[in-house]
Amino acid sequence: MQAIGLSFFDWVIILVYFAFVISMGFYLKRYTRSEEDFFLAGRRSSSWVAGLAFLSANLGALELLGMAGNTYKYGMYVAHFYWIGAIPAMLFLGIFMMPFYYSGRIKSVPGYLKLRFDEKTRVLNGAAFAIMTLLVSGINLYAMALVLHTFVGWNWDVSMWASALTVAVYVALSGLMSAIFTEIIQFFLIWFGLFLVSVLGIVEIGSLHEIFNRIPEAYSKLWSTSGDPTQNGMMITWAGIVLGLGWVLSFGYWTTDFLVVQRAFSAKDLRSARMTPIIASFFKMAVPFLVIVTGLIALALSRDASSGFHLMTEGGKVNYDSALPMLIARYYPTGLVGLGITALLAGFMAGQAGNISAFNTVWTYDIYHAVINKKASPTHLLWMGRVATVAGIFFSVLTAYWAKSMPTIMDYMQAIFSWVNAPLFATMLLGMFVKRITPDGAFWGLITGMASSFTMFIGVKFNWISANWLTLSKVSSDMAANFWRAWWAWLICFVVTIAVSLFTKKKPDEELAGLVKGLTKEVSLEDVPWYKKPAFYAVLSLIAFIILNIYFW
Amino acid sequence: MAKESKKMKPIWFFVGLILLIMGGVIFLAGIYSLSFGTKEITVFAKLHPNIWWGGFMVVIGLIFLVANKNATVD
Repeated sequence: MQAIGLSFFDWVIILVYFAFVISMGFYLKRYTRSEEDFFLAGRRSSSWVAGLAFLSANLGALELLGMAGNTYKYGMYVAHFYWIGAIPAMLFLGIFMMPFYYSGRIKSVPGYLKLRFDEKTRVLNGAAFAIMTLLVSGINLYAMALVLHTFVGWNWDVSMWASALTVAVYVALSGLMSAIFTEIIQFFLIWFGLFLVSVLGIVEIGSLHEIFNRIPEAYSKLWSTSGDPTQNGMMITWAGIVLGLGWVLSFGYWTTDFLVVQRAFSAKDLRSARMTPIIASFFKMAVPFLVIVTGLIALALSRDASSGFHLMTEGGKVNYDSALPMLIARYYPTGLVGLGITALLAGFMAGQAGNISAFNTVWTYDIYHAVINKKASPTHLLWMGRVATVAGIFFSVLTAYWAKSMPTIMDYMQAIFSWVNAPLFATMLLGMFVKRITPDGAFWGLITGMASSFTMFIGVKFNWISANWLTLSKVSSDMAANFWRAWWAWLICFVVTIAVSLFTKKKPDEELAGLVKGLTKEVSLEDVPWYKKPAFYAVLSLIAFIILNIYFW
Repeated sequence: MAKESKKMKPIWFFVGLILLIMGGVIFLAGIYSLSFGTKEITVFAKLHPNIWWGGFMVVIGLIFLVANKNATVD
């Protein structure tokens, strides 16, 4: 395939973006005076700012390309990632968990584990999160360079270093504040840059209904083919979707992953913090109109020989990730191509900034301050945050070169969330809602859960055990195995945590005030009108979620 | 007055600014293609989507800019 050509106007758009985000970093540095400004954006974000940043931290370009490609491959089932795989967890975080996070005035998720349990659980989770974040950041960097090289023909090293250094400059200057600002800029660029692809695709084919008519029935259904794994492209049952994705992976990611939760910590008050994931949930539900519709348009066009549309192939293998770039090349004239490429670049860089801003916080507070230098002053911690940003980017670049020399590492990265987040969700759930859970119970439950998830992954990878044992079915895809592995890791952590807690010493109730249900003072919202209450918007979001699932059943 | 000018502008102001700039460039790209022709062959090329989508971005950008021109973050 010939790379997408860029005109003078396209280059102007791309250069405007780079100049703009670097300028934002210098502008915001003037307002970054304290460690709280750097690590928590001064705790002055409105619910809208925090909400859009919460969503954008997750809305990376790899996800946009990958999910459009997965839709081409699996059909409508990919929408589960955006609906049952996100909405219930986001609402649960806003309504039930945020008061425990926010009331403790903690600076990170491992910081909560320190208060609720002890130092060893905090350091265990902090170290696992820091390693995971740097690996993901490096792999994303590699993937970004690969995408730009494949589709736009850019030099691998130049595109990687240019974006890494840009992110290093603006995050080192003003930390989470600039990360949040650029995430919101990215949100608008992605919508303006990519929504037109869906619109023009629908116009070309005729209607959304006509798109569904042109694709196989198994690809157009959300639930009705989930009773039998042989009847859907993902080869999974409804139980795997609900338990693995809808419960463990979704709740594990959206309620405990510091990368996204950190955005809610930046909110100016508890109500804004609770509204953060609820506002984000409405936009999360809308993302399929970008990625799923795009994937279905590509599928419908490729089944019509007269359209002349086909995905890229490499060595006879179809490159599913090319669905979105191929549609950009099909529909976008000069200027808009630059906007589409900038939307992808913005997604990559904002994701990178999100990872690095979460890493510098966890490193500084939960590893450096907790273990290495307990007497560090606030000024020193601010300096350490900037050093950690530059060092984090450096390690990301090293990881990217490592990934380039060993591309199979990508297979491992797809599973990394189920190693760290799935068991952590069991620890957090029990920690927040059961006061009998002990520090030793949490620690050993977490270690066992992480080790079991990793062992199951390696076992399937090297054919020591069959993936069908995990999925409890005769057929299974990698994705189905991923969902089920997350469920078993969660269950093992849950059971071990309870079992060890029964025989070990719990913390006194007075030390758990504000951290556990039953020992936390309920915040009264009686003086807030009903239309401003988080619960009202959560119910609206839930209704929209149910309607979408029934409509596409 | 000097103290007032040091207050931070809200993010929405910058969203308006970047939409205005990028929309303007895309609009100009469309006008250039319309005036001088283009070799690119895209579906809907005759509809000149860069002109109307660029124009739409300019309008939205202006709305954000005007609505937040005097706003500051506490």
